[in-house]
Amino acid sequence: MLDQAYSRRQFLGLAGGLASIVGLGLVGCGGSGASDAADKGSVAAAESVSGEVTYDGASSFQALVEAAAEKFMDANPDVSVSGSGNGSGKGLTAVAAGTVTIGNSDVFAETKLEADQVKNLVDHEVAVVGMGPVVSKNVTVDDLSLEQLKGIFSGQITNWKEVGGDDATIVVLNRKAGSGTRATFEAAVFGDEAVDFKGDAELDKSGDVQTQMGSTDNAISYLDFSHFDDSKFNAIKVEGVEPKSANVTDDSFKIWATEHMYCSKDADEATKAFLEFMLSDDVQGKLVEEQGFIPVSAMKVVKDASGKVSAK
Amino acid sequence: MAKQLPKRDLENVGLGVTGACVALVTLVVAALIFMVAQKGLSAFVKDGVSVVEFFTGTKWDLANTAENGLPYTGALPLIVTSFAVMVLSTLIALPIAIGSAIFAVEISPKFGSKIFQPLIELLTGIPSVVFGLIGFHVVVGLMKSVFHVSTGLGILPGAIVLAVMILPTMTTLSVDGLRAVPDGYRQGSLALGYTRWQTIWHVVLKSAMPSLMTAVILGMTRAFGETLAVRMVIGGIEAMPTSLLSPASTITTTLTTSMAVYAEGSAQDDVLWALGLLLMGMSLIFILIIHLIGRKGAKARG
Repeated sequence: MLDQAYSRRQFLGLAGGLASIVGLGLVGCGGSGASDAADKGSVAAAESVSGEVTYDGASSFQALVEAAAEKFMDANPDVSVSGSGNGSGKGLTAVAAGTVTIGNSDVFAETKLEADQVKNLVDHEVAVVGMGPVVSKNVTVDDLSLEQLKGIFSGQITNWKEVGGDDATIVVLNRKAGSGTRATFEAAVFGDEAVDFKGDAELDKSGDVQTQMGSTDNAISYLDFSHFDDSKFNAIKVEGVEPKSANVTDDSFKIWATEHMYCSKDADEATKAFLEFMLSDDVQGKLVEEQGFIPVSAMKVVKDASGKVSAK
Repeated sequence: MAKQLPKRDLENVGLGVTGACVALVTLVVAALIFMVAQKGLSAFVKDGVSVVEFFTGTKWDLANTAENGLPYTGALPLIVTSFAVMVLSTLIALPIAIGSAIFAVEISPKFGSKIFQPLIELLTGIPSVVFGLIGFHVVVGLMKSVFHVSTGLGILPGAIVLAVMILPTMTTLSVDGLRAVPDGYRQGSLALGYTRWQTIWHVVLKSAMPSLMTAVILGMTRAFGETLAVRMVIGGIEAMPTSLLSPASTITTTLTTSMAVYAEGSAQDDVLWALGLLLMGMSLIFILIIHLIGRKGAKARG
């Protein structure tokens, strides 16, 4: 994962460098170039900014941030946006310590940092992601209650026949402890209860879960909606509700999380401009849904730091 | 014309530059050992993790805390898994490495140096993530269909992937070891009426023993420290392995997967550094053993 993140950072760095060179070239070309730049500028930020934006944190919506960063750098050639996805915890500590300008997180900063560190951070909710349980193709169960999920992922229910399926041992594929997907799933299923059941495997990435689910019988795991793949495994209903974005917006589907981007209160212009861009229609209207997320504006409910859901 | 430096000055410059290089390397090594030791020991000194618990406890769970407010830090399952993977992969790779080395040096030297050695060196250059990918998609699937297990992850696939990875190291070093045996030994043995097989077994292998041991231990060191490829096929469950095909986790895989999760300076972070310290201690021991063997070998040969 690290190697990948590093190469991405290098790639982004390179892309940023190239973008700024292209930008300079355009300005150098004179009149036509300047009007072109102004055209692009109007898409994102009213006036051009310059500087360096760095981020670290959750890998779950890193692709979204990267895609937005590319667009942002096209419009603002003097800004370089680069970063990596080393997990929500790392992102939050890094932004609190000032080593990056933006910390990406699947969870509220309050859950990972001390109160006086949180005070200096500004939260930007950029997207919502739904997550749901997935089962192997050979499993006949297509609906589980939160109570049943709790039993399976705490090791109390070990056979599919206990939840209305065939007589076969349940193979539980978990994600690693630092995973935001796992944190979200466990928060929805277990609440505040501590879980120390480990399952049959703890996998590193959502992609690994897809591969394993595709080739393992009698298995259950969980993935965010964008990683669902009907050809390899089945996404099942929870409490009778289909795992669909529309059902997340009114909280009838219970397992979802808000993606946060934190910056410090005294962040520089470039960072603020980039975060504004993340919340603008360019990103919220198109990019968010393209990447399989739900725009915050579409949500009819909000979730607070303690996990309580209330109507907007 | 540029004036040439006097010879004495040139010598001093050379001495300065090379000396600085040595000083830099020494400094880096010393600083590295100091930092890992300091961070690792602070888990025991500052956070109060029990050393006995660390080496003998069987419950490893950093996400939850016990009654004393500390996470569960029994690293024995990780240590056992690391050693199991290392020993098993060496057992798989060793006969193949020595067998092919004998063929390439004693039986068909021309094929050995022209074709076999470049081929083996090619294997060394393949990044470990590629081995991991192949392991994840091929070896794990093989385990599933051969042993009829549910996930196919565990120590055995890890050892198989590692065996392929340490094979080039062990083979190359074995080949070098066999080549270093003086030809006089072989000729003397043949002149005494030994067959080729007897010469290889009783003379060549015996006198190459120290280099072969070095090959084994360097292979084991690599197996012990390899992370990425193992991580993809081992299952990642930090619990005492109950069979070769039950998911487990080695010291290195636990380190890499947990590293990004915990904030710097927390007890969890310090315990991970302690794992790093343990790894470093192990490789120091391996290096020490290699030195001892080398010295003994030199003495035996006179």
